Amino acid sequence: MNQVNRLSAVEGTRTRIDGTVPINFTFNGKQLQGVAGDTLASALLANGVKVVGRSFKYSRPRGIVGHGAEEPNAIMQIGSGAATVPNLKATQVELYEGLEAASVNGWPSVNFDLMSISGWFGRLMPPGFYYKTFMYPAKLWMTYEHFIRKAAGLGSTPVQSDPDSYDKLNQHCDVLVVGAGPAGLVAAREAARAGARVIVADEQNEFGGSLLASTQTIDGQLAVDWVADLVAELNGFDNVQTLPRSTVFGYYDHNFLGILERRTDHLGISAAAGSRQRMHRVRAKQVILAAGAFERPLVFAHNDIPGVMQASSVSTYVNRYGVAPGSRLVLFTTNDNAYQTAIDWHRAGRQVVAIVDSRSQPKGDIVAAVKGLGIEVMAGHGVIEAQGGKRVKRALVARLNAQGADIVGPVETLACDLIACSGGWSPAIHLSSHTGAKPVWDDSIVGFRPGKSKQQERSVGACAGTYALSGCLDDGARAGAEAAKLAGHGDGKLYFPSAAVEEYKEQPQQALFLVPHSKKTSRAPSQFVDMQLDVSASGIELAVREGFESVEHIKRYTAMGFGTDQGKLGNINGMAILANALGQSIPETGTTIFRPSYTPTTFGAIAGRDIGELFDPERYTAMHRWHAEQGAEFEDVGQWKRPWYFPHVGESMHQAVNRECLAVRKSVGILDASTLGKIDIQGPDAAEFITRMYTNSYLKLALGKCRYGVMLKEDGMIFDDGVCACLGDNHYLMFTTTGGAAGVLAWLELWQQTEWPHLNVYFTSVTDHWTTATITGPNARKVLAKVCGDIELANDEFKFMDWRDGTVAGVAARIFRISFTGELTYEINVPAHYGRHIWEALIAAGEEFGITPYGTETMHVLRAEKGFIIVGQDTDGSMTPADMNMDWVVGKNKTFSFIGKRSLQRSDSVRENRKQLVGLKTIDANTVLPEGAQVVFDAKQAIPMSMQGHVTSSYYSANLGHSIALAVVKGGHSREGQIVHCPLADGRTIAAEIVSSVFYDPKGERQNVE
Amino acid sequence: MLLIHCPHCREDREEEEFSYSGEAHIVRPVEPEALSDKEWGDYLFFRKNPRGIHHEMWYHGIGCRRYFYATRNTLSYEILETYMVGEKPQVIAAIDVAIDAHRDTPRGTL
Amino acid sequence: MKKYSGFSLLKNALSYHENWQKIWRSPKPKADYDVIIVGGGGHGLATAYYLAKVHGITNVAVIEKGYLGGGNTARNTTIIRSNYLWDEAAQLYDLSLKLWEGLSQELNYNVMFSQRGVLNLGHNLQDMRDIERRVNANRLNGIDGEVVTPERIKEIAPLINISRDCRYPILGASWQPRGGTARHDAVAWGYARGADALGVDLIQETEVTGIRRKNGVVVGVETTKGFIGARKVACVTAGNSGVVAAMAGLRLPVESRPLQALVSEPVKPCLDTVVMSNAVHGYISQSDKGDLVVGAGVDGYNGYGQRGSMHVIEHTLQAICELFPAFSRVRMNRQWGGVVDTTPDACPIISKTSVQGLYFNCGWGTGGFKATPGSGYVFADTVANDHPHPLAEAFDLERFNTGALIDEHGAAGVAH
Repeated sequence: MNQVNRLSAVEGTRTRIDGTVPINFTFNGKQLQGVAGDTLASALLANGVKVVGRSFKYSRPRGIVGHGAEEPNAIMQIGSGAATVPNLKATQVELYEGLEAASVNGWPSVNFDLMSISGWFGRLMPPGFYYKTFMYPAKLWMTYEHFIRKAAGLGSTPVQSDPDSYDKLNQHCDVLVVGAGPAGLVAAREAARAGARVIVADEQNEFGGSLLASTQTIDGQLAVDWVADLVAELNGFDNVQTLPRSTVFGYYDHNFLGILERRTDHLGISAAAGSRQRMHRVRAKQVILAAGAFERPLVFAHNDIPGVMQASSVSTYVNRYGVAPGSRLVLFTTNDNAYQTAIDWHRAGRQVVAIVDSRSQPKGDIVAAVKGLGIEVMAGHGVIEAQGGKRVKRALVARLNAQGADIVGPVETLACDLIACSGGWSPAIHLSSHTGAKPVWDDSIVGFRPGKSKQQERSVGACAGTYALSGCLDDGARAGAEAAKLAGHGDGKLYFPSAAVEEYKEQPQQALFLVPHSKKTSRAPSQFVDMQLDVSASGIELAVREGFESVEHIKRYTAMGFGTDQGKLGNINGMAILANALGQSIPETGTTIFRPSYTPTTFGAIAGRDIGELFDPERYTAMHRWHAEQGAEFEDVGQWKRPWYFPHVGESMHQAVNRECLAVRKSVGILDASTLGKIDIQGPDAAEFITRMYTNSYLKLALGKCRYGVMLKEDGMIFDDGVCACLGDNHYLMFTTTGGAAGVLAWLELWQQTEWPHLNVYFTSVTDHWTTATITGPNARKVLAKVCGDIELANDEFKFMDWRDGTVAGVAARIFRISFTGELTYEINVPAHYGRHIWEALIAAGEEFGITPYGTETMHVLRAEKGFIIVGQDTDGSMTPADMNMDWVVGKNKTFSFIGKRSLQRSDSVRENRKQLVGLKTIDANTVLPEGAQVVFDAKQAIPMSMQGHVTSSYYSANLGHSIALAVVKGGHSREGQIVHCPLADGRTIAAEIVSSVFYDPKGERQNVE
Repeated sequence: MLLIHCPHCREDREEEEFSYSGEAHIVRPVEPEALSDKEWGDYLFFRKNPRGIHHEMWYHGIGCRRYFYATRNTLSYEILETYMVGEKPQVIAAIDVAIDAHRDTPRGTL
Repeated sequence: MKKYSGFSLLKNALSYHENWQKIWRSPKPKADYDVIIVGGGGHGLATAYYLAKVHGITNVAVIEKGYLGGGNTARNTTIIRSNYLWDEAAQLYDLSLKLWEGLSQELNYNVMFSQRGVLNLGHNLQDMRDIERRVNANRLNGIDGEVVTPERIKEIAPLINISRDCRYPILGASWQPRGGTARHDAVAWGYARGADALGVDLIQETEVTGIRRKNGVVVGVETTKGFIGARKVACVTAGNSGVVAAMAGLRLPVESRPLQALVSEPVKPCLDTVVMSNAVHGYISQSDKGDLVVGAGVDGYNGYGQRGSMHVIEHTLQAICELFPAFSRVRMNRQWGGVVDTTPDACPIISKTSVQGLYFNCGWGTGGFKATPGSGYVFADTVANDHPHPLAEAFDLERFNTGALIDEHGAAGVAH
């Protein structure tokens, strides 16, 4: 089989293929050849391939129907291995050397499918059958479903990671033109000439749209030549960006549109260079939609047999690709427009058996022209059934009444192998519909026109229901000039003269949505509406019989329009059949609202580059490399990478953490605390403002002093905590938690800007400006003294909760004497870029004391020994300061009702039995409770148990020689000494005693070590 | 995706630079302690949430870091105005606006 | 009501499916009802069904402005689970899950409830603490669940990436085997058919435009088809709760936000369970048709437009490509949005109101679909007895005054 259907040159047309460049490809493992310029579909048709797939539900053999985005049947798996792509439409795949294509359904093959269900068995699977069956016995459903799922899906996803990358481009333009057919091209030219920045995008590999398959002339030129000149002209403008192979897939709010540009798919993966696809995120001032229209199929019995095609598609294959997909054509039409297909077929030297026209008296110019060619026109007739197995063999034709609703004559048989159909055209209103514009039914075009614009857009040409070429050119040009003017360019007047076009004047079409059959619909052979999902006219009528009335119900009950073609062919017929069954008009029945994507859009392209290491930025402190060099394990805290612990060679995490903990309490440790949020607060009202935000007061905080504060949300629940220092008159530095920094800043700004703008205070995030090295332990002062000579470090000079400016290892530093470990602690802050210098200086100075770097885990253990909470770990958004046993931090005498204060008096906030922070000491000292363990009072109760709280933090304390835990327990503050139980998933129940949450140095003496 | 005019920057900027901060013009009670639990709960949680014209706060967090107000139609997402804190909106919702907009929803969709 | 079965299918096939009974009547509204339910979504229909079935109250109308099940019932990602953190929420959702388990048989309508399990992934240490806490709480509440390792996750979902060498590696997950998915439309239709058979009037294409009260007592509703009297009016209008509440002069602690979702083209079975990740903002399952069903986080602003912003979808697909690198080449077929009523504590409101005879069931946020049977069950009880069902007590509106919120943000997160 070698391109049996490839035509030699046809007079009066110029194909877009290059017959001298053969291209080899495989289809279902079979080696085939096409030529340059082919799509996979045209190459398959050229090779005489009939069956390209099997239908989803009944596994019926299916052939190619269309030539573009509307194709329901020719769904292919393209390529193999990691680069395979499921579900591409053969009509949209450009042929390249070595392309591998395979049908997605059919077992063992598309030509011989054991799953094929027809006749009787098919009748057992009407719409909704699964809602009515597979219910008994109940326990078998998962088994039934297992088999249902086996039949699911079209193509297969790869199992490896995607080898390709994807880009994004953010673009702004004055005028975005969607579609580069006749209307779009002239629109772009006018807008460009007026000086607007223009983007023209078209999903096809080359510009021209329907003109690429047209035999018409424009200004005396062949249409394709006119297109070539115009495209060259557009490319000559600096202010025009032309995007072929670029599908505008969605129209979003405020004139934001997404374009998917396919950059390498047509080359085959081996040629991939740069990104495979690129998503343009376009913000357009004005949009011109010139997206064309889809020919509407005709619904008759067995209209799904391979060899039933769209009339315009037949013409396209002949004129554009030099392929005649058959030899004997029956053309079935309701309109003049499709007569051109018979002319094209005739010109290609193939036989036109007859034109079957449902209209009783077709009389247009083109009808006469066709008759002049000797072609038989069967007026007032319809094809009521196609016959054949894997290829059409016959068309059954009968006379219809004037409305096309009944058969009024005998049935004739026409032998043929191709039935081309045209039920008129449906404008491609998808993008207009995305904007929320409600489509309007128009009887004169038997279709929906775009609704009233909701955004800065207008539709022109076929997608606005204007089908004559002259009309498309005129409307397009006007829209181009108008859009440019609205975007601030030009005066809206046309610059280019309108083109002279030869065209037939068309007579009215007939609305025909379901061709009658000699049997009634419920008994006739299936009349398919949505081929991909095997939805037939009888299925729609059945749904109506069952009481479904809304379009949405019908669509959902039958699955109509849910395929990968999204019902581009079937929806209007389906809705009309529904309307008829309900005895309503189409506009009464509903409208067609489409949602993105116009055509399927690659996940990877929507994700773009922001995957892998770019999924979320990583934030490093100035000492990060040092930590990594020491072999630290890291923990993700927000975007930050924080050292978790510093294992020595051969050490487990447990061993490392024990060593770090002991080192701090015995001598000295060092922690990278740079990630804590830092907000610089200045202004005459700074103290007043801070006092309103924290639970305690800062009005009397003296220069050189720090204070720990807790911040609540207005609902009274703890939101963040940290130390705030007075740096000078009207100048404060607020520390926040690592994860809370951005939220706290926005919170402060919110209150200052919207509620208290009269308070004169300003906030600046200085988190990244400072690096913080915290040295802590009984020897901390000795270490600091070695590198800092200009601060008096004595206990009574540089007191706990003081801060001092000084010089550390030659660098200006600000040192805070605060403590999260309970030990003598200095938090040394230096400008960030001195971070590693100061860190290494401290390590060197501490060497004689065995200074030990420690990470977040040791920090957590040490603070838990002291009963210090971590917001977000020991609190969860439902905890008040009182719950945390921190009433001491709530200012009772503050004059201003600080944020959250009022909520602390709500009935639930003062309720007895709230969950309260306690310590837990396991009865077995070595057992460490799992964090998240639930606490019960009665271990013997049956499930469901009455849970009284949970473990928030839990560690083994090497310093204490036993495990410690913090927990929140109902009424916990008055339960000290009681035994509680933690029933675990592994069956153990661990008993623990409620103790004070301060396990270590309860009097707080250690931080005052001399 | 919204295109938002920041009245501070005086520029149209992408939504990704902003965050929504809830209903605008809710004034914090001067004396919270004088309120009943119910009145306080109302201030904390209860919102107009209209289908139609809504006055709301936005924060230009990845930008000038300023809050401002916007009048936005929550059905069409059209932003009718943005204005400074302390200013009054020019566009005020009639309750009917919301209900009319609500009737505009398409019946069936395909 | 004629029973559906394999036999009835066979019998009807013999007569070319010409004799199927209507799934429900399309009655004209009566002048007056005992109870009017405003909103014919899954929750409203379930409420009507249980009012009739459990409480014998059959003089009931469900009034729906569009078509039955056309709101969030038709727009969600169909995930069902009950592994909520707090007792109150967990018990309510588990009642629902138990009802799901017999629902197809109860309704004689196959809602295709498929218990293929739900994984909630943890990506950092705090995630894992929260997962441990939640799973422990679930277990002691009698709700199935376990904490699983990355290796076990890989067995359950073989295409998932458990490499430590990615931005937010998977550290573990909670696994609820009884969770899964159901066929969303079928749930609404099944309840509607069941309610209709018990005598409930389902009034479609009729919009409630006002709630008529006399001396603080409900007397009926104004609709686009005229006034209809009722002794009790129960509003279940997710996405429009605030609008309906305003008709009775009430405000709610609710903000309506877009929640977006998308489906891929159908692909051969490759994901047998539901995978959710709060930390990277995405969740995914595969339908029986083969579509990958992906849900995103809630958009940042109030909106009734049934659509959200593109960058939310972009971020969600980044997360999906991180979790399942092989899905990068799959294509998005359709995207859409629903409107969810979010509350301050990510928990629903099932409550009487200050207007006597007026009840609200709303605020389900992103978690409504899975709750459909339980929500209907306890709301029907609350309406029938004019007193909260024990499982609904905690969800009373009063909690926003007392402060007794049930903060499920952690468990509800962005994802359902």
